[in-house]
Amino acid sequence: MSSVWRVADVVATRMETPTARTIRLRIPGLHGHLAGQHVDIRLTAPDGYQAVRSYSIASGGGRGAIEPHDLPDDELELTVEELADGEVSPYLVRDLADGDQLEVRGPVGGWFVWRDGDTTPVQLIAGGSGVVPLMSMARAHAAAASPAPFRMLYSLRSPASGYYSDELSALAADTASPLQLDYVYTRQAPEGAPAPARLTAEGLMRRTIPASDSPTFFICGSTPFVEAVSGWLVDAGHEAARIRTERYGGIGGTP
Amino acid sequence: MGIISSGFSGRRRADDPRLPPGQYLTEGFPVLSAGPTPRIAKDDWAFTITTEKGDVHRWNWDEFLALPQEDVSTDIHCVTSWSKLGTSWRGVALDTLFKDVDTSFEYTMAHSYGGYTTNVPLADLLGGKAWVAHSFDGKDLEPEHGGPARLLVPHLYFWKSAKWVNGLQMLPQDQPGFWEQNGYNMYGDPWKEQRYW
Repeated sequence: MSSVWRVADVVATRMETPTARTIRLRIPGLHGHLAGQHVDIRLTAPDGYQAVRSYSIASGGGRGAIEPHDLPDDELELTVEELADGEVSPYLVRDLADGDQLEVRGPVGGWFVWRDGDTTPVQLIAGGSGVVPLMSMARAHAAAASPAPFRMLYSLRSPASGYYSDELSALAADTASPLQLDYVYTRQAPEGAPAPARLTAEGLMRRTIPASDSPTFFICGSTPFVEAVSGWLVDAGHEAARIRTERYGGIGGTP
Repeated sequence: MGIISSGFSGRRRADDPRLPPGQYLTEGFPVLSAGPTPRIAKDDWAFTITTEKGDVHRWNWDEFLALPQEDVSTDIHCVTSWSKLGTSWRGVALDTLFKDVDTSFEYTMAHSYGGYTTNVPLADLLGGKAWVAHSFDGKDLEPEHGGPARLLVPHLYFWKSAKWVNGLQMLPQDQPGFWEQNGYNMYGDPWKEQRYW
């Protein structure tokens, strides 16, 4: 099934930041997806030229606890960051319109996924637009009213570059299945917050579930971010086998 | 032909005959890994081939470097749709490593430091088609790209070129490795677009 190209309708779009857009697709024959999976998108130019890229799914794959994420089984949402030198992302962020069609393959992936029956503590760590597949997991967690302890560390340049800010706040305030949320601002911090600074090993340990609780980690971001964070976690005694990583340009990245 | 996106033109043309279907060219070298990068000292490194009889052929780092070395210029194709043309590698051909290996099994499972596995038929490792590579662009292979050494099987999608490789186990039948159990094709021919299940 995942090898087949299907025609999807663009049902709705919304900007998350000035350079990132969420695109809701209706895909006939889709029956949900796992949190953290990705899809391939294929665009065809009028002269027949085609380009394919992989994008992480942002929606939770289940009934969302918070509107507007209560999607039918045959819909999903992607969030695409526009890359200045990108070939496909500028079209998806700037030109694609509601009612347009494009081709989709997938959903794909059985490793960088969270299944809602898993009650192990989960630590999500996002660098920039790497938050997308982790948001899918946070949404799935809330939708399932999962008892699994969930914590997210989100490293971003500035408050304005954050995706899903209001919804993340709502997930953090959810009493049934709370998401413990920590932000690290690297260039510009909001008023009243500590001065911006890059994440350090010590800062990482203060904002993540300790090794004594044996959490599963899902880390997504740029390669230097993922390399640094996963290395610090191993140094701190976390088992490498419980650290799952994904990078831009890798599976489900946002090239 | 697919659904036409009238506003989409695309900057890069796919008219290069070296580019398999559905691939685009990249000048960078993206990283794809399932977990943390294992740290492997060359002094601790070893590569083994294990046969059905339990024979273990083993090379430590110095023994591995003492084998005949080959320079390989090749195109590589990642399942996530990027291809990189004319990459330069140095390493040991699997033909060399299998010279004294006696096996009648036709399949292999490649094993890596960190626990990663991927399955490759033996026929795809022999005949000048595959190497254990330790250098990229004239430099030691970076850990995030699989250093000290990785498998290089460039005619298949690049997940088959297992990073941090430390051994091959001979198998009587094809069995799925790590990505193959997680949605990816058993064989992975980029020219046939064998990406997923």
